[in-house]
Amino acid sequence: MEYTDKVMDHFMHPRNVGEIENADGVGEMGNAKCGDIMKLYISVEDGIIVDAKFKTFGCGAAIATSSMITEMIIGKSIEEAGNISNKAVAEALGGLPPVKMHCSLLAADALRRAIYDYKKKNGLPVDDCDDCDTCCHDHHDIEEAF
Amino acid sequence: MLPFFTEYFGNPMSVHSFGRDSKKYLEAARGTIAECLGAEPREILFTASGTEADNWAIRGVAKAYAKKGKHIITSQIEHHAVLHTAEIMEKEGYEVTYLPVDSEGFVDPEELKKAIRDDTILVSIMHANNEIGTIQPIAELGQVCKDKGVLFHVDAVQSAGVLPINLAELPVDLLSISAHKFYGPKGAAALFVRKGTRIDSIISGGGQERGLRGGTHNHVAVIGMAKALELAVSEMEENNARIKRLRDLLIDGLIERIPEIKLNGPRGDKRLPGNVNISIKYIEGESMLLHLDMLGIAASSGSACTSGSLDPSHVLLAIGLSHEIAHGSLRLSLGRENTEADINRVLEVLPPIVKNLRAMSPLYEG
Repeated sequence: MEYTDKVMDHFMHPRNVGEIENADGVGEMGNAKCGDIMKLYISVEDGIIVDAKFKTFGCGAAIATSSMITEMIIGKSIEEAGNISNKAVAEALGGLPPVKMHCSLLAADALRRAIYDYKKKNGLPVDDCDDCDTCCHDHHDIEEAF
Repeated sequence: MLPFFTEYFGNPMSVHSFGRDSKKYLEAARGTIAECLGAEPREILFTASGTEADNWAIRGVAKAYAKKGKHIITSQIEHHAVLHTAEIMEKEGYEVTYLPVDSEGFVDPEELKKAIRDDTILVSIMHANNEIGTIQPIAELGQVCKDKGVLFHVDAVQSAGVLPINLAELPVDLLSISAHKFYGPKGAAALFVRKGTRIDSIISGGGQERGLRGGTHNHVAVIGMAKALELAVSEMEENNARIKRLRDLLIDGLIERIPEIKLNGPRGDKRLPGNVNISIKYIEGESMLLHLDMLGIAASSGSACTSGSLDPSHVLLAIGLSHEIAHGSLRLSLGRENTEADINRVLEVLPPIVKNLRAMSPLYEG
């Protein structure tokens, strides 16, 4: 198993690590039992994500995808960010080893939860499926499909 | 080993002079290995890996003694070479008891005694654990088996060449060793089968190993294995004293420098000289490995993320660690080339790596 240079770069020098006090949206995904957990904070102004920070417990790929997704969403509208797929995150990193694809799901799902949280706090309409309550085992199941 | 690639390259099973030369050295290697282990040459059978030796011991004995019974006993912390084989045996109609271990990884001989039944045909317990270094009381466990008339297999892949093994005295019927664990070449290993023990073959083919294990010998690797074991045994005492000291410096140093960590496995003489295994709370193992690797330090982890499976190490779970803690485990193995400077380097670089990763962890409230 080998990570791309881009993954190693984001892992060794993760961008936007930390928390945002009074964040407009917070999404937490995964659980420690499975070995990965990500907490994503977003600040939103006029429907645009102006800041994002994360904290992640997990392997190299989990940390790299967390870092990557924060870079990808800052400056994007809530709608645009909501359309970012886990595959797009993996592609932005130059690919992930197959056994690590679930890490990109962790990041994409944490983002969806943060957006859901933001919409709920602001009385915006939310889709039920936005609050998808997947655990790591579902992640791994989905990984099979790749 | 070099002359055996170019000069004495004959197939040891061939009758021509090239083959006879190779055969002579192959048999000398068998004699050396037997002597190192307190066995007779005919009790040493060559295999291509420790995994094959473990497979053979379990499947070969199970088949040979199937009429006596179909119950096998092993422990929860065995190497997968034993555990996965045992699981397959279950599918083939055998019944397997997986003995639990205590918080340091020890099998209790009393538990073993209770688990043995009339239809038990084999007990397989490892000598020393590869992950947490626990050295089992194999003499005691073997005596329990002997008293009950049950065959005892020991996976000694981690201990051969590292710990004294005298099969002339130990109540052990079968024992697996692998060359690469004592600085020999990869691809050479052996199974000791005590005289009088019946074992079926699992690799059929030519008449090698008295017809018990078909397949052309890798005599080059076998000769290397014998030399490596001879050296390891002769340097054992000296190396162990030095490596144990380094191990304890590393363990004490890590505990002193990093808050909220835990040593897995026992301390002192019941731990493999070169094994250090710690769990570091709030962070995950692979991320530590990657940072260490960037600095030229090779380590391993019990985290699921390093194995590609869902669950962390079965050994760490068996000694009672939670999944969370097991994911954050780190194994550092020391060998004869390591120096105190290496230990100091790890003690210098690991604490900041841990601090850094903890600062990033949503589980850490530091």
